[in-house]
Amino acid sequence: MALLEVRDLSITFHRKGEEPSVAVDNISFNVEPGQTVGLVGESGCGKSVTSLAIMGLLPSRGAKVGGSVTFEGEELLGLSQRELDERRGRDLGMVFQDPLSSLNPVVPIGLQISEVLERHRKLGRKEAKAEAAELLNRVGIPDPKRRLDEYPHQLSGGMRQRALIAIALACRPRLLIADEPTTALDVTIQAQILSLLSELVSGTDTALIMITHDLGVVAGLCDEVNVMYGGRIVERAQRHALFAEPRHPYTHGLLASIPRLDAPRGEKLVPIRGSVVDNIAWSRGCAFAPRCPSQLEECWSDPPELVDDRGGMLRCHNPVEVAPMAAEGAR
Amino acid sequence: MTSSRAAKIDRLASVAARGPELEPGPEGSGSRNATDAGVSLAASAWRRLRRNPVFLVGAVVIGLFVLLALLAPLIAPHDPALRLLDDQVSRARNEIPPPQDGHPLGGDQFGRDLFSRMLLGSQQTLLVAVLATVIGLGGGLVLGTLAGAFGGWVDSLVMRIVDVLLSIPSLLLAVSIGALFADQTQFTVILAVAIVQIPIFARLLRGTMLSVRQSDHVLAAKALGVKRGAIVFRHILPNSLGPVIVQSTLVLAIAVLDAAALSFLGLGAADDAIPEWGQMLGNAQDYFDNQPHLAFLPAVCIIVVALGFTLVGESMREALDPRQRR
Repeated sequence: MALLEVRDLSITFHRKGEEPSVAVDNISFNVEPGQTVGLVGESGCGKSVTSLAIMGLLPSRGAKVGGSVTFEGEELLGLSQRELDERRGRDLGMVFQDPLSSLNPVVPIGLQISEVLERHRKLGRKEAKAEAAELLNRVGIPDPKRRLDEYPHQLSGGMRQRALIAIALACRPRLLIADEPTTALDVTIQAQILSLLSELVSGTDTALIMITHDLGVVAGLCDEVNVMYGGRIVERAQRHALFAEPRHPYTHGLLASIPRLDAPRGEKLVPIRGSVVDNIAWSRGCAFAPRCPSQLEECWSDPPELVDDRGGMLRCHNPVEVAPMAAEGAR
Repeated sequence: MTSSRAAKIDRLASVAARGPELEPGPEGSGSRNATDAGVSLAASAWRRLRRNPVFLVGAVVIGLFVLLALLAPLIAPHDPALRLLDDQVSRARNEIPPPQDGHPLGGDQFGRDLFSRMLLGSQQTLLVAVLATVIGLGGGLVLGTLAGAFGGWVDSLVMRIVDVLLSIPSLLLAVSIGALFADQTQFTVILAVAIVQIPIFARLLRGTMLSVRQSDHVLAAKALGVKRGAIVFRHILPNSLGPVIVQSTLVLAIAVLDAAALSFLGLGAADDAIPEWGQMLGNAQDYFDNQPHLAFLPAVCIIVVALGFTLVGESMREALDPRQRR
């Protein structure tokens, strides 16, 4: 049995006087213990909303969540906030995008870690403090005892993200969701944080859902990758397969638009033309059709289904056959 | 008038709530200049306050005032209730004792030593200002926290009560509350002034809490399964107190003025043995033509003290306003 099973999850936002907007449209995926699964896509494709829905953090008013999310066989979607509070932080951990705004500015770091330990692991104040220092040490923060009494603004950006990871992992959750954990950091720190994350989850049975728009992150970390577009999964593949043979024109376009160190000098990047606003509704056809270089007549009228394809899944009428140049270096 | 007052409170709340997000600079990678290292919101506000001449003037005024109020019983040369110079008072000719040896300001219309009365009057003013602010703050914190923590119908109910209170001009409300009590004491004044401040504090805190509730760190706390009570009292409330603290210093000034006004209107303590500036001002009305100093002295004291609190309050608001930061 999979650790987390997401079945036909759909999320619709309702607003007074406006058409309901579908953020996530019938997506399904599994996460096995110890596995790292990537959820990739551009802004607005529904990846963050998916993570919030799994955590039960969407506002009860305005957001309608359908389908099913089971964690170790237990349905999460119907649970009350109180029941969810027992699982959040203990079984399910989450690392947010912006480490500064995700930490409470008026509470010292140590207290923010021990708060979770006292809450879920029922540790006493002293034990929790010692454990908090140990956690900070484990995420690579030097002089952890001193840092315990410091406030978030006194830490550097990278240290803040390390502290957030320490908090999320404090109770050794079995599933960790990282929502663009490196977006707010500069490149050198990004690499450190990513290797820290993979180091912390590898060798344990903690599963990781990595939400990102950065294929570089995926390349370094994920076992399996789900590419999302317009609220649906358009391609699912193992990491190497995805980079070697991207099948969906969107994935292909994403890979072609990444700058490469080994590309000939002066070679131009190939952007995906258009933007998300050009999408058509999935009910009418393929949402990506207006931006797709290999669109067919039927793409505009017949929405493609997600079907098995070369060991993965694919939602496309006219998949890409030739491997792009990008494939070699990305491995 | 009411709606503009309410809007002003909400605007104050929203400005202040944005504070923590904007607070630290763009340092991302850990390289920061030495002066900026480890400076908290409060510490950097304090650093700017110390250099602000407006704050310094206000602080000196308040410092002197508080010192005088505390030391008044020791400094005052005479008992303010004793009619020591009664023989020099002449009702018929509107004469009161002039300044003389041992009585630097002379006597009042009952022959009591004016200098001692002025000194001891500061005690009452300080007492009213502090107590009224504390009570108003306490009530506002309770109501505002209720509304901000629960939201929904609790919020609506509390805010409608607050709206009703805000719709009545504050002095009129204070006078009405004061008039409700059968026997007039100084405590009546304190309570009346305090109740007027409760809705202002409540609305300010509620507005700030609602916007802090939307912030990332509260979502992060929820994602950790932190209990609701802890979320409110550890993660939302402490981050919402900034504007309320600033408002408190401004309310100190308002309380001084309101209390003086109520006493002037005769709603203060019935017994004037304990001197109070507003009451002295009111009693001096009959002597305004030929003994203006009787009204002038307490009036100046009231103005200076209220101004001192306002200067401190306004400079604190500037110092804590994230948009003013450099």
